[in-house]
Amino acid sequence: MSPRRRVVITGLGPVTAHGLGIEPLWQALCEGRSALAPIRAFDARGFRAASAGELPAAFDVKELVPKSYRKATKVMARDIEIAVAGAALAVADAGLTTRGTNPDVAPTIAPDRFGCHIGAGLIAADLDELTAALTTSKDAAGRFDPSHWGAQGMQELTPLWLLKYLPNMLACHVTIIHDCQGPSNTITCNEASSGLSLSESQRVIERGAADACLSGGADSKLNPMGYLRQELAGRYAECTVDADATKVVRPFDAKASGTLAGEGGGILVVEAEETAKARGARIHAVLAGTGATQSWCDDTVGLVPDASGESLADAIETALRDAGLAAADIDAIIPYASGVPALDALERNALRRVFGAALPSKPIVQLAPSVGANLAGFGTIAAAVACRALSEQRLPARVNSTDTGDMCAAACASESRALRHILVCTPSLGGQNSAMVLSKP
Amino acid sequence: MSTPKNNRRVVVTGMGWITPLGHEVDGVWKRLMNSDSGMGPITRFDARTFPTTFAAQVRDYDIARFVKDPSVHASAGLNSQFALGAACQAWRQSGLDGFAGLNRKRVGLYLGAGEGVLDFDNYAAANLAGWDAEQRRVDGVRWAETAHKVLEKMCEVEQEPNMPLAHLAREFGIRGPALNCLTACAASTQAIGEAFSLIQRGDADVMISGGTHTMIHVLGVTGFNRLTALSTSKGDPTKASRPFDATRDGFVMGEGSGMIVLESLEHALARGARPLAEVAGYGSSADAFRITDIHPEGRGGAASMHMALAQAGIDPLARRADGRAAIDYISAHGTGTKENDSIETKGVKRVFGEHAKDIPMSSIKSMMGHLIAAAGAVEFITCVLAIRDGMLPPTINYQTPDPALDLDYVPNKARAAKVDICLSNSFGFGGQNDTLVVKRFA
Repeated sequence: MSPRRRVVITGLGPVTAHGLGIEPLWQALCEGRSALAPIRAFDARGFRAASAGELPAAFDVKELVPKSYRKATKVMARDIEIAVAGAALAVADAGLTTRGTNPDVAPTIAPDRFGCHIGAGLIAADLDELTAALTTSKDAAGRFDPSHWGAQGMQELTPLWLLKYLPNMLACHVTIIHDCQGPSNTITCNEASSGLSLSESQRVIERGAADACLSGGADSKLNPMGYLRQELAGRYAECTVDADATKVVRPFDAKASGTLAGEGGGILVVEAEETAKARGARIHAVLAGTGATQSWCDDTVGLVPDASGESLADAIETALRDAGLAAADIDAIIPYASGVPALDALERNALRRVFGAALPSKPIVQLAPSVGANLAGFGTIAAAVACRALSEQRLPARVNSTDTGDMCAAACASESRALRHILVCTPSLGGQNSAMVLSKP
Repeated sequence: MSTPKNNRRVVVTGMGWITPLGHEVDGVWKRLMNSDSGMGPITRFDARTFPTTFAAQVRDYDIARFVKDPSVHASAGLNSQFALGAACQAWRQSGLDGFAGLNRKRVGLYLGAGEGVLDFDNYAAANLAGWDAEQRRVDGVRWAETAHKVLEKMCEVEQEPNMPLAHLAREFGIRGPALNCLTACAASTQAIGEAFSLIQRGDADVMISGGTHTMIHVLGVTGFNRLTALSTSKGDPTKASRPFDATRDGFVMGEGSGMIVLESLEHALARGARPLAEVAGYGSSADAFRITDIHPEGRGGAASMHMALAQAGIDPLARRADGRAAIDYISAHGTGTKENDSIETKGVKRVFGEHAKDIPMSSIKSMMGHLIAAAGAVEFITCVLAIRDGMLPPTINYQTPDPALDLDYVPNKARAAKVDICLSNSFGFGGQNDTLVVKRFA
């Protein structure tokens, strides 16, 4: 057996409610600032929660694509825009030249050695666009008339309509812009999507099928249909439009009552250590190990999460083994930490299984109070934060939570800390679990 | 390039499918051998005025015939129902259902399952109720008011593309790695390839893999009609899917699921299982070309074929000792669109050079339609059956040769052949290309 290829992270491209890239996100996390605020994308007052973590109003994907590609931004759902923006940021952070940054010179990574793995959610169609078409096909009673729709109404939709909403179009646009001709995949496992995509990039690079990958995930539920699905799944805290949304999400707190949505995600450059070193790249972290498992769900679909946390614990232990580490080596943990009580309980029990009596000494980093629950984008944002924490040797502040029991999750200021290994993990609706360990280079 | 960490051999020990041609492996295989078509009028919704009025639907299917306890799958959408039927067949054939020594933490899932079917009538009702004609937009509050009344929790949750994973995990008690990929028409080929890779790496000993999908619904047909990807042939729907024929005018939608059990060879042999075939190679690439068009020279498809063949240790330009070309059969992506079939032909020629003409290549999409995310899995199963029986399934409706398409497409009639090594291609809208090489277990 030959030694395994080591895989490192050389580019960070998170996209969150705090804006583009790691800088504004890291600043806000360290200051304990939250971007949760009333939703602008649609009038959300008819839902349980009227606030969320929305990308800044100034966000415009057209500014982040090559001039020649601006026309194509018309067929991008918000999820696709986030991935495309994340890729531009990650490529720039990694110092890569690609077709997207300069088509006239040789790319840093040969196109056939450049892969792409992006986690995606179920993308809901833009309601305004679809309904403008549907409304042309109504019968006398005002109901949808399939007969008129088939003969005429559907012509109101742009020919490329379907392609705005296929989950693999995130990777499609990113691979076209940056000329990634290697293995490319789209993982759709709800909250676990980003983590599983990063693990697939690790595996693809290990087996020698690529030298670098644009890897990550993106999700936006800030449209009425996607938003309703999360509400029906019991995810949201009650939060009227007048309430202070920055105080609502309280992960692991005894009084936690749900989460708020966050659109976002992004892309990381995941690269073989040998090629990263050969080109003198700055290495943010080593993607030291990953693990994936499936939970037993009594209700089959996982709306009622497996309270035992057994399978998430297995995923964490697999990631530790994969990294050649023990639980004692972990210096901080970034769980999904949504503030949804049943999910918090699952994570708490999983972490108890892995860390036992040492759990109260493991600081927990919480993203949801600051940017919302990012679903398929979570693992990417968390990994980017872990990378920054490892290089700064600092942990972000925590807010809101107070009564957190045996979890080191109560509010506190940002602090300097010796950090060698950070665990990122999440369960998902559907029961897939993902865990990864990021290590200081 | 470094060598993989682990080169464990991976074999197929079980297969199952739910298709427009039937619900069990040998019955459907017999119909493929008979050149039968599964096409007919769309009955899921009123499609009579649509540009395309026909598809290949799964008929008379009942999951209660397959699963242990239908009540735990009561809310399952069609996708998950198809997946359960196919996976139960594969699981039973593998013998793992009666294997007491199974460690369920070493059993994983990697599916290429599509999203579930939208609750269209209620969704449309909410949209129309929320429409503000003056502002030309949907009013969120009015939309929510209707949506809260008419849209149901379980129906919405079951649309998530990872729900087939959840149902299969529940049915078989799976606790190992579980992933779903959704790369359009390439999804289940990619899923099988990545499942193979997970077993090779040692992350699992057994994986259930494959795909499941239906897009035979209002917005699915609408979307593909707007892309002008579907056949709009008039007349007999059984003649509409015409891969490689000069008069081909688009694909015909199918639906269903194909599932296989993959296992490390050592695990299979240790429990006395009989390998049905061995997965020898997997390749994956992206076109990185255009949103709607395939690279005109078939660059991406050729790259995934090259990668899969290299992993299998096969030189596509060499002949075997007995004079045969490097492989015996190609299960084509062969959708029946003008673009796919001509570029796939170019890609195969690019890889196999002058030997391409000696390698039969057919498309079962001519008979069961295009199962979208599930297509690759049923085509992979077809390859294993071709090896088992020494028979190649035909491309039916091949009447008018296209001068530029000059390979051996196994026209119209199944054919006996010596089959030891097959290659299966799947290419997705959006540019993902995947190839598997499967060979006789020896």
